Amino acid sequence: MHAWLDTLLQGLMTGGLYALFATGLALSFGVMRMINIAHGDFAILAAFLAVAVAAALELNPFAAMLLVVPAMAALGYGLQRLVLNRTLGKDILPPLLVTFGCAIVIQNLLLEVFSADTRSLDAGSLGTDSLALGGGLAVGVLPLLIMGSAVAVLAALQWLFARSAVGRAFRAASDDAETAQLMGIDNKHVYGLAMAIAMAVVAVAGIYLAIRANVSPTEGPARLIYAFEAVIIGGLGSLWGTLAGGIVLGMAQAIGLRFDPGWGILAGHLAFLAVLVLRPNGLFPRTRDA
Amino acid sequence: MPEAAIVAARFDVERGTRASRVAAGLGLLLLVAAVAMPWWGERAGQRLLTEFLYTLALAQMWNLLAGYGGLLSVGQQAFVGLGGYSLVAFGLHAGIDTFLVVPLAGLVAGLVAVPTAAVVFRLRGAYFAVGTWAVAEVFRLLIANSVSLGGGSGLSVTQTVRGMPIWWRESLTLWCAAALGVGATLGVYWLLRSRHGLALTAVRDSEAAAASLGVSVRRIKWCVYIAAAVGCGMAGALIFITKLRISPDAAFSLDWTVVMFFVVVIGGIGTVEGPIVGTLVYFALREVLSDYGSRYLIALGVVAVLFMLWMPRGLWGFVAARCELRFFPVQRRLKLATETQP
Repeated sequence: MHAWLDTLLQGLMTGGLYALFATGLALSFGVMRMINIAHGDFAILAAFLAVAVAAALELNPFAAMLLVVPAMAALGYGLQRLVLNRTLGKDILPPLLVTFGCAIVIQNLLLEVFSADTRSLDAGSLGTDSLALGGGLAVGVLPLLIMGSAVAVLAALQWLFARSAVGRAFRAASDDAETAQLMGIDNKHVYGLAMAIAMAVVAVAGIYLAIRANVSPTEGPARLIYAFEAVIIGGLGSLWGTLAGGIVLGMAQAIGLRFDPGWGILAGHLAFLAVLVLRPNGLFPRTRDA
Repeated sequence: MPEAAIVAARFDVERGTRASRVAAGLGLLLLVAAVAMPWWGERAGQRLLTEFLYTLALAQMWNLLAGYGGLLSVGQQAFVGLGGYSLVAFGLHAGIDTFLVVPLAGLVAGLVAVPTAAVVFRLRGAYFAVGTWAVAEVFRLLIANSVSLGGGSGLSVTQTVRGMPIWWRESLTLWCAAALGVGATLGVYWLLRSRHGLALTAVRDSEAAAASLGVSVRRIKWCVYIAAAVGCGMAGALIFITKLRISPDAAFSLDWTVVMFFVVVIGGIGTVEGPIVGTLVYFALREVLSDYGSRYLIALGVVAVLFMLWMPRGLWGFVAARCELRFFPVQRRLKLATETQP
């Protein structure tokens, strides 16, 4: 019983990281109606940038994060304005194919620069400290921090969408791009901002991943798939749903892992397929047009 | 009805072009030369041709899916891998003749595609893309966890061709590859010229309009998905006959889909000629850049992105739009008898 509680707790905490990965994906789909196939690769790119920055300037991972996250946001804005906006339209193929191409480029660029070795960021004792919860259960400080960040990011986005002018522009551009433009909203700029936020959040996720574990240059696609599964499990268009989806995925993986080391990731995929078959709109659906 | 007779006398529906007749003759000559290669070619060239032909088969399947069916699959490696592992199950364990496994692998892939379609067809567009990918990962992990199929580290399938003279093995491989490459091209061409092809192109251009004219969009997409699975499954079995070693990571590698994607985007998505042109360009680039390791893949990625941005219909789309050149004409053109030749 105790072991199972522990398993579920670890799964729950992993869910926070998956939610961070998934948020950017949900955001770019919500606003631009596009999926960035290179989403996971951008997270890994951010992680490797943080590794390089931390090593070059002898910074701790969190200071490196402060430098890398704005850089990734700027990259996201530039990518959207210069490349991705040109591909948006009725046809869903061009943005998918272009970002697929980006994914291939990023992976091989990382392999070329950093070789195939895995890297990680050393956060000192923070990486290993844990809090006792009583009853013999303990939770790591780092996973708790990641979960806290995920909740904070989602709350901030919720506020942004509901209360701010930028959020109104996001919703307007998402609902009806042409009418939004007639109302004086610069869609191209709005899309750029949305991609900047998506990229900043996924950069945070990538850097946390590198603090928690070793990352390799070819890990991006796997991260994209988990993020995507979290979005679908949670329900399209639902911000808090991505957190729920991430938690379901994390728990499924933790449970599978307890049975057999080879089954962890598989159990996550199977949970995703089960949701797809039983509740194709996810657990907390908001939009119905996808 | 006399009017109908008059109208019928005054127009003609043209389905071929002079280019298509020249191409058919030329293609036949090339095919004969390719099939006869074991008697005149050297072994390295023969292997390259084999690879060319199965790559063409894969590209045609992906073109059918993405270019005509509007089904952007990033998970075709699922069926390549299943084809490869059919070789282990039927060739290695059941002792069925290696080259008979190739059609059998197509059958297996097709059968597995039925429940797979039921799941992934719940997703649309971009979500379908990543969904197919997740399914491919499921297959990879299931096979990596099954000890009898070699587990995660894979196994050698050399046993399946032991005792076969090398000349025969390589010739049969080439002929199988030729059957797949040419079969996939002609199969897609035939499909597009048929009634179903008309429905398929209508679906590609506008799903809503096609549905309003009575086309069952869902069924036609389903058929395309199954057909592409069969094609990729057969190619997968053949690929691992040439490689003689299989592992889940190699069989279910995303690289298979990356190659299909690259070839089709460069050549021209949504044309029958495109994959042929794309495969030629892909092999040329690979020969030129092969010394550069991962930089070669970076170049491929950049080239594909540039094409998508500035030449979204690919090389063939670019040429065909300017020269009215069509080697595989799929459209019906009305020629009026009174029309003067331009």
